[in-house]
Amino acid sequence: MGLANDQIETVADSSDKDTFRQGIKDCVPTLLGYLSIGFAAGVIEKTAGLSIAEIALMSLILYAGSAQFIAAGMMVASSSITTIIITIFFVNLRHLLLSAALAPYFRHLSPLRNMLVGSLLTDESFGVAMNEAAKKNYISEKWMHGLNITAYLNWCVANIAGAFFGQWISNPEKFGLDFALTAMFIGLLVLSMLSRRKIARDVVVAIIAVVIAVGTSSVMSGSMGVIVATIFASTIGMVMEKWK
Amino acid sequence: MEVRWDVFLVIVGTAIVTFIPRVLPLMVLSRFQLPEWATRWLSYVPISVMAALVAQEIFKHGEEISFSTNNVELLAAIPTFLIAIITRSLLASVLVGIISSMVLRFLFSS
Repeated sequence: MGLANDQIETVADSSDKDTFRQGIKDCVPTLLGYLSIGFAAGVIEKTAGLSIAEIALMSLILYAGSAQFIAAGMMVASSSITTIIITIFFVNLRHLLLSAALAPYFRHLSPLRNMLVGSLLTDESFGVAMNEAAKKNYISEKWMHGLNITAYLNWCVANIAGAFFGQWISNPEKFGLDFALTAMFIGLLVLSMLSRRKIARDVVVAIIAVVIAVGTSSVMSGSMGVIVATIFASTIGMVMEKWK
Repeated sequence: MEVRWDVFLVIVGTAIVTFIPRVLPLMVLSRFQLPEWATRWLSYVPISVMAALVAQEIFKHGEEISFSTNNVELLAAIPTFLIAIITRSLLASVLVGIISSMVLRFLFSS
């Protein structure tokens, strides 16, 4: 297990544990998180003045929690269409890194099938997939679709439900709904560390990422801060492993 | 129940700039064999991304950075971390996180 990524194999779907259905099951622990965040996002989009149809369209084709929160907020502040799109572009640049980290596991697939895997990629499905990869050294395509599609449908339902109930809930913070996102990131961080057995090095990398993410926040946007922190911290992890 | 033209443009535009970074590396990098250092670098990406996101969620409030003790997110993160380590369950972590932040907000607002 020491160097899981050195032994990535492109194993074809074979065992029972690699089915679409298993992907659905492995998504279940994240569903409550999606429900609360999707619901909170729906409430916030509704309070921002979006119609139910607009919120439904947004969750169906944008499908990005942080981006939806930010887009709704910027529409309230009546930012220009171009400004909103550019901001969301930077917010979602981190997906480049997630997608790149998944790429070695799907090398055996055609570009079109890779596109299908990537189109529903989120921070959460990525976290679950990387835990799976750490355990098995490969990720099944069917399993990944089960995971992605379950998360997607759950998000859309929660988002639209939030929009419906949004007219009565004016302060989602009071119910701790907004913390669901943070709690899920914490869970994914802890789980991926525990599954890798490189705890000391991982903790150092995580602390460096935290320091950079916080340190850069006064000079650049939060999403750029995440990208800079990821690039620096991962590089330090890579170098530490080389000269251990 | 209508979709306004300007809102439609925002949704389509943001969807395109979200879609491209999601799929491009998977489509392009799957054509090449990555060198060993690159896969090792990528193996640290999940931890770095998650840690950076957690840090921002906890310490960033709007444009402000807060380290004070009435930072509800920081306090709620402590039981969430402990439960995640003890139970290794995502569901338990999210539940404990939501409940702790709800209780803490109630205590601090009264």
